[in-house]
Amino acid sequence: MRVNGTEYGDAAGFTLDQWLSQHGYDAERIAVERNGHIVRRQNLAATKLQSDDVLEIVSFVGGG
Amino acid sequence: MHIMVNGIQAVTMARTTAELRQTMAPECDGTIVDGYQLISDIPLQEGMTVVFWQRNHMPSAEAFETIRSARDSPAVHSRLRKARVGIAGLGGLGSNLAATLVRAGIGALVLADFDAVDPTNLNRQNYTMNDVGRPKTDATAAHLQDIDPTVQLELHQLRLEASNIPIVFAGCDIVCEAFDREDQKALLVETVLAACPQTEIVASSGLAGWSDANLIQTAHPFSRLTVCGDGISAARPGCGLMAPRVMVCVGHMANAVIQRLMAQKSNMEEQS
Repeated sequence: MRVNGTEYGDAAGFTLDQWLSQHGYDAERIAVERNGHIVRRQNLAATKLQSDDVLEIVSFVGGG
Repeated sequence: MHIMVNGIQAVTMARTTAELRQTMAPECDGTIVDGYQLISDIPLQEGMTVVFWQRNHMPSAEAFETIRSARDSPAVHSRLRKARVGIAGLGGLGSNLAATLVRAGIGALVLADFDAVDPTNLNRQNYTMNDVGRPKTDATAAHLQDIDPTVQLELHQLRLEASNIPIVFAGCDIVCEAFDREDQKALLVETVLAACPQTEIVASSGLAGWSDANLIQTAHPFSRLTVCGDGISAARPGCGLMAPRVMVCVGHMANAVIQRLMAQKSNMEEQS
């Protein structure tokens, strides 16, 4: 699986919310695109990762 | 010689902008030629677009529109005039972004915020002491109408949530995320991208404090998502929000709005 341009070999068998929390992401503060489509946060737990998935993750910090 | 004078095609014998002004608008003392404000008069050339204006005089709505168009590139101005842009949150980013976008010539803005102006806002937000206690939507609308009385405004004094975001921003070409909290930023971005397939979003992340302003950048992580900021400077104790870096980020966001609108225009022209 490719995440923000980096290859990861540990995606198989996990759901997206599991993988995100294993890698220190807070699902409340990010936007995730999987294979070019936005994944809404209520669907993170139901999204099974595939080894050829391409993820883009944008993290937000507060202030505005 | 054929010259466009204050929006009207004219045939003239005048050889210079001074002669043309003397014949067509002797009351005027300002001259814009092809988007450039003249310091001294110049020779006329076939096909020039000239706008004469009066320094200490409030123009009519039509004359004001001509002046505005003359100061921008006409192709940019006509696209921005037709644009509808949403702003989610009218704090430091949103209140200043609204003013900047109106100055740039955006025709219609949809403004949403639940809050009222308080004294702690004045260090960076586009309000004055006279605004304290007013809803931010109303205070912002008043400032924008002072800048451009012809701008179309749609005001929503409410809390934006996943359920109402697609309704509030229906029909917007671009929505600007100008929230304070990171979870609110993420929710708005996710909701617009999932529920508004024709709308792009320009968001912000990392603009607190007073570290190097050059660290604030514009990025395009998804096809319909632009993010401006340094990505790391969260507002927190010891690193508050200050006007200069907020304004740098506002400049990035407003310029990204113009760039995306012009890109949408050229995409539409390619398809037709």
